[in-house]
Amino acid sequence: MAQAQSAQEKKVKPLVPFLRIPDNWPEESAYLFGSRCKACGAIFLGERYACGRCGAVGDMEEVRLSDEGEIYVFTVIHQSFPGIETPYIAAIIDLPEGVSVRANVYGLDPNNPSPQWFGKKVRMRAEKIRVDREGNDVIAPKFYVVE
Amino acid sequence: MRDVAVVGVDMVKFGRYADKDVVRLASEAAVGAMRDAGITIKDVQVVVCGNLYQANGMVGQRIMKEIGATGAPVINVANACATGSTAFREAYLAVASGAYDIALAIGCEQMGKMGLLGGGGGGDPAYNTEGVMGTNLMPGVFAMTGVEHMRKYGTTIEQFAKVAVKNHKHSTLNPYAQYQVETPLEMVLSARMIAWPNTLYMCCPTGDGAAAAVLMSAEKARQYTTKPVWVAASVLTSDPWTERNPNMWDVNTLTRMAAKQAYEMAGIGPEDLSMVELHDCFATAELVHYENLMLVPEGEAGRWIDEGGPYHPNLGGKLPVNVSGGLLSKGHPLGATGVANIVEIVWHLRGQAGERQVPNAKTGLAHVIGLGSACTIHILKV
Repeated sequence: MAQAQSAQEKKVKPLVPFLRIPDNWPEESAYLFGSRCKACGAIFLGERYACGRCGAVGDMEEVRLSDEGEIYVFTVIHQSFPGIETPYIAAIIDLPEGVSVRANVYGLDPNNPSPQWFGKKVRMRAEKIRVDREGNDVIAPKFYVVE
Repeated sequence: MRDVAVVGVDMVKFGRYADKDVVRLASEAAVGAMRDAGITIKDVQVVVCGNLYQANGMVGQRIMKEIGATGAPVINVANACATGSTAFREAYLAVASGAYDIALAIGCEQMGKMGLLGGGGGGDPAYNTEGVMGTNLMPGVFAMTGVEHMRKYGTTIEQFAKVAVKNHKHSTLNPYAQYQVETPLEMVLSARMIAWPNTLYMCCPTGDGAAAAVLMSAEKARQYTTKPVWVAASVLTSDPWTERNPNMWDVNTLTRMAAKQAYEMAGIGPEDLSMVELHDCFATAELVHYENLMLVPEGEAGRWIDEGGPYHPNLGGKLPVNVSGGLLSKGHPLGATGVANIVEIVWHLRGQAGERQVPNAKTGLAHVIGLGSACTIHILKV
């Protein structure tokens, strides 16, 4: 399948629906986006039909989210599904726009978790992580600790 | 709403039953509860069955075909880990509303050794987010609940581990528990890490089980028993909007809402409780609920476990939490859990809890969280 596709037909696809990949990626950076409720100001990841906070319908505006955020809380997963490499650091990352992302964090030692990780600055970089069944590149947001 | 009493209860020991199916396990619990109440299936006017993993399998009706297909209405309920307690609440509402006088609530589950929960699913595995977009596996989700408490109040790994020490200690006196093994602190801390800071003994097992309860109107209850256990409060909440939810699951806010409503409905405060059975799916989860259920002031949960406050009174505790051994040792067959912790409280309130009996138990609170999320709280009293 993959070999049958020409370079033009081959697509890049986001791992998660709230990652936007520009047509000329990687020249232009991929970014996370959310929706802000014009009625109450609540922010959600990705597109929304209505506001889960105040119930306003169809009154959302798209917001480009920052690449930089900070670790709110984390855990280190030592037992996962077969085929998933462990250990990995799983965190909740607060973005300055007022929404959080659940994501892995790279650049810390998973064998030495510490409360000192709270509040650590991280920066998102979109990277190809896999190829799907149809031969498309799967792009994921990956958060690296900022030194 | 009318007063409702629990008149009969029973459960099967939680464990692994390779030779029995979920209908058989549920049937044994249901018949046990009806015998305890002094009724037969012919007296039951409505059945509510909680089961999660066969939620589309009409488990309630299959149980009726096993124990007596009377044609009574059957409602099948699924509400994540709060499935059983939601079934109990629906049975309570059926009687409290005046629609029925006798209801049978059943919670049942057969999980086998199904392993980790919370991920997977169909579709192209290239789009599996686990291990890239953090974790949605239960040990990690509830680990972060505890880690948030650590961030706020400086709670230590040892304090979380002490929850497992306590519940496993309690389990040694509960013959219905899946595991009855004492685990000293050093054993808990040095066990295999699953999701930091939760080690193996800080995680509940998967398993099979069933529990059932017969509920009656006050008038009917007096015909069948001189020792009714009253449902003083039955509350169900879902998780409201909070800043990080659902990117970080919030099991605190809906529990606090439910606790406030439950205490109001029962007309009591946490200081009036004799015992609590709460949702300790992971050791990190139990600790935060001490505060969510207002058993201790904000930020005091760690100190409370250090002092031994939630231990059985015979072990020096002030307000016993999870004398059954909790989910950590009693087991957590999802749909059965919420009925089983009500069964446990009923046994104590009647003075039938054997060696683990809480002396002079008058009032008990049962709390369950189903991630996604649902929270039930029931307060029972004599």
